[in-house]
Amino acid sequence: MTKLGAFDIEASMNQSNPEIKVKNDQLIEIAQTLREDQHYELLLDVIAVDYLTFGNADWKTNTATNTGYSRAVQPTIIPEIDATFEDRFAVFYQLLSVSTNQRLTVKVFASESNPPTVPSVIGIWSSADWFEREAFDLMGIHFEGHPDLRRILTDYGFIGHPFRKDFPTNGNLEVVYDEEKGEVVYQPVSISTRPSVPRVIRDQDD
Amino acid sequence: MTESNLKLNFGPQHPAAHGVLRLIMEMDGEVITNLDPHIGLLHRGTEKLAEIKPYNHSIGYMDRMDYVSMMCCEHSYVLAIESLLKIEPPKRAQYIRVMFDEITRIMNHLLWLGCHGLDIGAMALFLYCFREREDLYDAYEAVSGARMHATYYRPGGVYRDLPEEMPQYKANKFISEKKVKKLNYNREGTLLDFIEDFTDRFPSLVDEYETLLTDNRIWKQRTVDIGVVTPERAMQLGFTGPMLRGSGIEWDLRRNQSYEVYDELDFLIPIGVNGDCYDRYLVRIEEMRQSNLIIQQCIKWLRDNKGPVMIEDHKYRAPERESMKHDMESLIYHFKHFTEGYSVPEGNTYKAIEHPKGEFGVFLLSDGANKPYRLKVRAPSFAHLAAIDEMSKGHMLADVVSIIGTLDIVFGEIDR
Repeated sequence: MTKLGAFDIEASMNQSNPEIKVKNDQLIEIAQTLREDQHYELLLDVIAVDYLTFGNADWKTNTATNTGYSRAVQPTIIPEIDATFEDRFAVFYQLLSVSTNQRLTVKVFASESNPPTVPSVIGIWSSADWFEREAFDLMGIHFEGHPDLRRILTDYGFIGHPFRKDFPTNGNLEVVYDEEKGEVVYQPVSISTRPSVPRVIRDQDD
Repeated sequence: MTESNLKLNFGPQHPAAHGVLRLIMEMDGEVITNLDPHIGLLHRGTEKLAEIKPYNHSIGYMDRMDYVSMMCCEHSYVLAIESLLKIEPPKRAQYIRVMFDEITRIMNHLLWLGCHGLDIGAMALFLYCFREREDLYDAYEAVSGARMHATYYRPGGVYRDLPEEMPQYKANKFISEKKVKKLNYNREGTLLDFIEDFTDRFPSLVDEYETLLTDNRIWKQRTVDIGVVTPERAMQLGFTGPMLRGSGIEWDLRRNQSYEVYDELDFLIPIGVNGDCYDRYLVRIEEMRQSNLIIQQCIKWLRDNKGPVMIEDHKYRAPERESMKHDMESLIYHFKHFTEGYSVPEGNTYKAIEHPKGEFGVFLLSDGANKPYRLKVRAPSFAHLAAIDEMSKGHMLADVVSIIGTLDIVFGEIDR
């Protein structure tokens, strides 16, 4: 890890691998070092995460003694979207070194601009191509320098980024057959989410 | 694109597209110059759905990821949960998991071999491969009740122990007693006996497939030197599993980053030399033989060692129904388990297994709730299909079919 010492890195252990948190503007240089000097030849996955509702729960167990529990049927209240996206979107890179038999998770927060931006690592690992396209499609993260950042999994002409936490699980539009018009049309969804099990956060020692 | 070039649409409804793959091909005569896969036609948003369900509810969704190697996908998911909960299943459960992972590997490779053969003109093979898959489906059914989507693994073990008897055929007006007796010859004993009978027969069956293909002139013309990937490019493109080993890199998670009880088992890892479709075919054939050996070792161990197949901690599993009738604690645990599930400590994890197609990984991010905050599946086929453009450039149209076959893609996991 000698050469990596020159960068601003927070190292830790997650539940399975070593993890380093890096600065957005140093990502490319660090990725270069990881591949050339630390022999991380494979980029296995690019995972985009939206931290918007992290730690929110439908039930607060401690206060329920006086009030009782609700049915948790109201949709999860989503905070006002912060225009700057501060600390909202993160990207995890899963790296694997075949020669040294090591795994590494690299975490980087996207920039606070709109759209949130992360530099593309496609020049370092070719496999980043589709992984970054997927993260763009589902999470709306702009990978700067990606030559072909198109949608990949959603339908042609889809609007929005469905894996963001402020995108409803039911979606926004549904297709129905309009008998009068004699064609298939889009209309706002007619169903709503009803959680079967409320989301609760419990301390392990409870 | 010059004027002489032709743009051709392939799929999404094409038998050789292995599901719903749409390729937009730019061709110069019959030679591919550019190839753009359009995927997502089977996108079901599984990862988003998992966010609104307790952890255990999504195990069944994992079967539907790669729907030809169901239990392997479950395996990776329960390993990820276990790593967050810091629990470890009992040894017998680990052996059962390994045995079913290898059964699944054979199932997957049989389907791959049959379809790959069918795609490039070897019709008979398909029927033989599916004949053998039938037995393995029966093993799935005996242990879980479902022939495909088993939902058998649980965080902390497996749902139940191996059954002591196999379901048998019964005579009716269409099938005589004599015929039934013949059909039931390997169903008299336990599930392990049934699987053992399969493993005894299987090596000679693989020999049969090989007589049909390995030295077959047409087979070789269709696969040798098609879709060559160098070891450097294979790593750059994020290849794993047989695709990486076919290019000559000895990398197998079962050996290199051993999980469950693979370090106690004896098996070899085949690798290719040239990195073409033919080498990957040989690698997969040999993997079937090795899986067969692993299953035999597991059967031996499982016969000799009885024990629990699930952890005892009622925090993570519902108590026995029996004990619920007279024990207050059990009743409370039971109620909590089925109304709320268990909460998982905050943290993130990435757990990967050697899935038949490559490295199948599950990334789980938990904020301490009873549902995952973010689930991301790393599907091996996704990375492999991304390379199809590079692999087929300069090849003929008919070779694209060989290359799709050799990638061993399944759209359940690519589109998720």
